[in-house]
Amino acid sequence: MITVSGLRKAYGDVVALDGVDLHVGKGEVFGVLGRSGAGKSTLLRCVNLLERPDEGVVNVDGRELTALGAADLRRARQRIGMIHQHFALLSSRTVAGNVAFPLEVMGVGRAARARRVAEMLDLVGLADRAGAYPAQLSGGQKQRVGIARALAAEPSVLLSDEATSALDPATTQSILALLRRLNRELGLTILLITHEMDVIKAVCDSAAIMSDGRIAEAGPIPELLATPGSRLAAELFPLPPAEPGAVTVALGTDPTLLSRLARTRDVDVAVAAGAVEQVAGVPAGRLRLRITGAGAAAALAELRGRGLLVEEDA
Amino acid sequence: MTWSEMSPLLWEATGQTAVMVGWSTLFTVLFGLPLGVCLAGTDRGGLFPAPAVRRVLGLVVNVGRSLPFIVLMIAVIPVTRVLTGTTIGTAAAVVPLTIGAVPFFARLVETALREVGRDVVQAAEAMGAGRVTIVARVLLPEALPGLVAGLTVTVVTLISYSAMAGVIGGGGLGDLAVRYGYQRFETTLMVVTVVVLVVVVQLAQTLGDAVARRLSHR
Repeated sequence: MITVSGLRKAYGDVVALDGVDLHVGKGEVFGVLGRSGAGKSTLLRCVNLLERPDEGVVNVDGRELTALGAADLRRARQRIGMIHQHFALLSSRTVAGNVAFPLEVMGVGRAARARRVAEMLDLVGLADRAGAYPAQLSGGQKQRVGIARALAAEPSVLLSDEATSALDPATTQSILALLRRLNRELGLTILLITHEMDVIKAVCDSAAIMSDGRIAEAGPIPELLATPGSRLAAELFPLPPAEPGAVTVALGTDPTLLSRLARTRDVDVAVAAGAVEQVAGVPAGRLRLRITGAGAAAALAELRGRGLLVEEDA
Repeated sequence: MTWSEMSPLLWEATGQTAVMVGWSTLFTVLFGLPLGVCLAGTDRGGLFPAPAVRRVLGLVVNVGRSLPFIVLMIAVIPVTRVLTGTTIGTAAAVVPLTIGAVPFFARLVETALREVGRDVVQAAEAMGAGRVTIVARVLLPEALPGLVAGLTVTVVTLISYSAMAGVIGGGGLGDLAVRYGYQRFETTLMVVTVVVLVVVVQLAQTLGDAVARRLSHR
């Protein structure tokens, strides 16, 4: 749905993007994690060409945006929703007026606009605040308006620029839950950038970690967890330092794997440490195990064969 | 001077001031608003950056603002003659008043537009809005309370400028105070004129503040 390749962008001597390739599949929630200054914000703003990259190609929903003229680019942008860290709502317009704005830009008629606005406000649970001004809303409500506005034009893609960074933890969770629901119900593809690990854990199917203008690692989260030496896995699911005789194992997609291993290979499995959480609705994480008994070597071989053995006998 | 002698003079002068300020306010908005939009828009990081254009506009505006009004009024007499066919009278005074106030108002418009958050403009760009749409539907509505405040200051300035219009036969309250209060030592009329001017300015400011407050939803 979104493919960028060879993206480079420099501001004077500062290189913000240093050859970035990224692919976000249809219906996927993709998170880019990085510290401030890592270039993730520039990356996101290059996807809808708010920033024009010095080099590279941006493809969204089958259209090569970097090849479009000004008028075609404006039309293409109407199909790319965006939400912002500080909401960027129009203070002079009511909630309904804000949600109607992208529809006005598209030239949608008054009656159709009103219908669509009501629909969107229902979707984000703000139908009763249609006549309120942004200044009268809480941060979470403002971001819901932002989301309703971003989705009013039925975009295929939603870009999220640190959308929860200005919100408290509970509100963050409710906004993330809303994004997840919209992703499932509407099949919406979401590309988000964040510096918060919890955001990645809560909603993302796939993630990339960015530093110094480059993507250091990227992929579906379960795969990253099973990748030996993965920085992202280590940051998402930190374990205490490795110890002799223990192995680190990624929690795969088979929930009964360990008990079956104990039964079929005749081994004892002891958990020395672990970090397990629900990621994108399924349990994921890493465990440090001590596997002992006659079949220990065979059990380790099986884990290795399944690509779940992350660290051996440190 | 008795009240019945002063009253017609005061009414006539107030009417002349109202005509001068009214028309010049209208023309000032007509020319000053687009000029202010251009000043803000052509700046680096603006909606349509054009540093060369901005430098020229800025220079013109600064020249207009650096001339004392009484000098400007005399200096633009040839322009006044071309536009109104005459160089004296209330109508003729509208030309220098407008020329004097446009650069002033344009700077206030520029400042008000700058107050609109960059993120709001970018959000509109991200939604596929073009420049005209952004100016008409984002910048101006978002800046409206500031624009009204700027207009209020401009009207008060125009009232003050219009007091000098007597020099070219424009009449008005200022002229009345000079001719009767100063040249004929009619202290009572002088005091009454000052009171009327204070009340008029006070009314303009109060009204402007009320409208700006009503428009602001920040």
